[in-house]
Amino acid sequence: MSAHDWKNIGPLESIPRSGSRRLCLRQAGRPIAVFRTRDDEVFALIDECPHKRGPLSEGLVSGKTVTCPLHNWGIALDSGEAVAPDEGRAGPIPLRVVDGNIHVYLPEPAVEAIA
Amino acid sequence: MYINDDLARIPPIAQLVVIGNGMAAMRTVEELLKHEGGKRYRITVFGAEPHVNYNRIMLSSVLAGDKQLDEIVINPREWYEENGIRLITGDEVTAIDRDARTVTSANGICVPYDRLLIATGSKPLAPRIPGLELPGVCAFRDIADVDKMLAAARTHRHAVVIGGGLLGLEAAWGLRQRGMSVALVHLMPTLMERQLDAAAGQLLQRDLDRRGIAFFTEGQTKEITGVDHAESVLLEDGREIPADLVVLAIGIRPRIELAVAAGLEINRGIVVGDDMRTSDPLIFAVGECVEHRGQVFGLVAPIWDQAKVCGARLAGDQAAIFASKALSTSLKITGVEVFSAGALMAADESDEEIMLRDESSGVYKKIVLRDGRLVGVVLYGHVVDGQWYLKLMRDKEDVSALRERLVFGKAFAEAESGGAQAVDYEAMRDDTQICGCNGVCKGDIVKAIRTLKLTTLSEVRAHTKASASCGQCTGQVEEILAYAAGVDAKATKKTVCDCTEADHDEVRAAIRTQQLKSMDAVRAALAWKKPEGCHKCRPALNYYLLCEWPGEYQDDASSRFVNERLHANIQKDGTYSVVPRMWGGLTTPAELHAIADVAEKFKIPTVKVTGGQRIDLLGVKKEDLPAVWSDLGQAGLVSGHAYAKGLRTVKTCVGKEWCRFGTQDSTGLGVKLEKMCWGSWTPHKVKFAVSGCPRNCAEASIKDLGVICIDAGYDLLVGGNGGVDVRVTDLLVRVSTEDEVLQYAGAFMQLYREEAHYMERSAPWIARVGIDYVKRRLVEDAEGREQLCQRFLYSQTFARVDPWHERASGVAAEAFQPLPELAGALA
Repeated sequence: MSAHDWKNIGPLESIPRSGSRRLCLRQAGRPIAVFRTRDDEVFALIDECPHKRGPLSEGLVSGKTVTCPLHNWGIALDSGEAVAPDEGRAGPIPLRVVDGNIHVYLPEPAVEAIA
Repeated sequence: MYINDDLARIPPIAQLVVIGNGMAAMRTVEELLKHEGGKRYRITVFGAEPHVNYNRIMLSSVLAGDKQLDEIVINPREWYEENGIRLITGDEVTAIDRDARTVTSANGICVPYDRLLIATGSKPLAPRIPGLELPGVCAFRDIADVDKMLAAARTHRHAVVIGGGLLGLEAAWGLRQRGMSVALVHLMPTLMERQLDAAAGQLLQRDLDRRGIAFFTEGQTKEITGVDHAESVLLEDGREIPADLVVLAIGIRPRIELAVAAGLEINRGIVVGDDMRTSDPLIFAVGECVEHRGQVFGLVAPIWDQAKVCGARLAGDQAAIFASKALSTSLKITGVEVFSAGALMAADESDEEIMLRDESSGVYKKIVLRDGRLVGVVLYGHVVDGQWYLKLMRDKEDVSALRERLVFGKAFAEAESGGAQAVDYEAMRDDTQICGCNGVCKGDIVKAIRTLKLTTLSEVRAHTKASASCGQCTGQVEEILAYAAGVDAKATKKTVCDCTEADHDEVRAAIRTQQLKSMDAVRAALAWKKPEGCHKCRPALNYYLLCEWPGEYQDDASSRFVNERLHANIQKDGTYSVVPRMWGGLTTPAELHAIADVAEKFKIPTVKVTGGQRIDLLGVKKEDLPAVWSDLGQAGLVSGHAYAKGLRTVKTCVGKEWCRFGTQDSTGLGVKLEKMCWGSWTPHKVKFAVSGCPRNCAEASIKDLGVICIDAGYDLLVGGNGGVDVRVTDLLVRVSTEDEVLQYAGAFMQLYREEAHYMERSAPWIARVGIDYVKRRLVEDAEGREQLCQRFLYSQTFARVDPWHERASGVAAEAFQPLPELAGALA
């Protein structure tokens, strides 16, 4: 696991508590969302609901669940799994916090988002 | 003349001669042939018209072009042949010889009879006025009349119909449909006065007037003038109406000449007993030519009953009895719905009338009750329950228990009384769709309930998605749950969400009485199961706190749905739509320039005019939103809150400033209302409209708050909805000044804000609490109204902020930009 595969996306405070930001970075062209819970836990997921690819980064974050804004599917932040009885998974992205900065693990060549 | 005279297949046992080939006559023959005893007759039918038997009632549909002549034939010639009936058309019976038992026709055909049936029908009444003989004057009785009218419609312009009853109105409408300019002269003050009360008659006149028929009520015709052809109709009061075609439709009279000459007992019609026999026991009579117990007949339903009795009697049945029942009338004019039956009004003080009248939507209902029973009904505009009322009348059912709900119709009366089970889910097909949003059928729901052993609504929702979107089918899903799970179904209290046992009212009461000022405080006080709540309760609590503590409580953006957080509407592809406010639907060239420039500059793919008189820019990228708003803001445009549970649009018409019908400045009032109420947060979205006159072009009667201007002031309407579950507003009050409108509007907004449940539109809220409650709070309690309005205006001092301007100036800028990677990866 090369150190170059960890991308620094800045301090925890850049993400609103009980909220989320989408990253400029992508994984194989797919958008990534980073979530911060009320208790300052952080998680990253592919920013596409398994249902209709709604932007999870715009959903309401409650506890360790985000609710997709399009059709109210619940997605667990840690595993990316849809809350039963819905089925599906938004791919989780490994993440760590070093010196107050969040690093996401993106081993493939990351592509800049089209701003 | 035509005779199908090749019938010797059935040996005649007895001769039945039928005078008349109309609806009553042939229905009687059909009834007779159903009986074994019918086979003993050799039947001969005389018809004066050259046609086979046709449905005279449908002549007006032929005239109006809704039906073709061949579509109204009841029995074609083959039917007569197949049934061995000798048919003689185009030949009129001119004499009955009761001693010789024969009838003789104009063409000299003489036929003996063992039984005779007279069904000569009726003839049109003609007024005693000069000019009836002129070409261009006709009745509206048979196919020949319709041919004349159609010919006139092709070559002439002006038609006058004399008579404003059922037939006259249908004639007028038919001619109007054929492109003629039509005037209708009626002797009485209101139309169809025998079937409709004055109120319904006036609504009918208003509607037909709008459809281009000119009415001359209380019009006594003096003369039809003209030299070689009808030219005009002259009224006693001096009015003169141009007329190329004059249709007489003032009534009918039983056609009895033949019976009179034969010496049968006659009164107004041919007198028959309950067995449909005339004074000569070998001679029967049915239809419009008869008089039974003093009554003559013009509607088809009792005539069908007569035919049934008469057919049975002719077949040898000794018991069949005719009794006239309560009758109903309806009018065959496309789009005009009228129904009446029984008494039109209370006969005396012990009778009760219950009325429902909605002028703007053209609905009027009246029922008449006597000793707890329904004895009359008049329906205008909404007649689906007509047959249900008629059945209640005929069955003489005791309706005391339904009294207060009866006028609202079958569904409401029965649903509330718990009488009839509304839907039979056992019988319902599995592929019947229950939830339209998610495409869930009854079979899916039942299967999920049974295989997964579901017992609560939220479980059913979670597993099937039924009722999980707009929620309109919630009631049905609950019923299916009760049906499929049987006794296992748990009665569910409508809690705010699964985090709590408290319902909406309990939460609001706790916030107020315990002075709870944060979501955490609410969750602690009410023992929330999840410390942070969920996506359902958080927006609700945020709203309740904001409403209760204006200026104190800080809005929590993380508890808001994305649209309200980003002040734009998320679309299915993750882009957003932007709708600037257009106050009262007004805009300016400068604003339109700004919108056009923005659309071009940001390559906005779709620009659409909304139903709320604004412009929607669709497909805006999230990161472009602040710049779009900045450009729009420079032209003075602010957020239209098209994304908010708050005031959306105030739709208006142009009002008296421009419109020739306008009674007040509806546009200006709309702008004032919008300026007062914009930016407010409410339990659900709120839409207003102001119409400048009762024509209601702004569709105020399906808005949360509607104003309809009238000469004398303003009608305030509340609780309308044009969405999935259409609801017409209730009239709250009529006021005379704009200031009163504004005060009522503020008070209404605040009452809705303080008492409706989060996500509850004003329509279901009012349906839940009742319009009477709203009237008590707003109309009867002037002081309370004033206080509500004050509270609203106070809370508005914090709310009238343009969120677009704030964000264009840098507020929450990071929310619109994706998070970049920091330069230099961790070593």
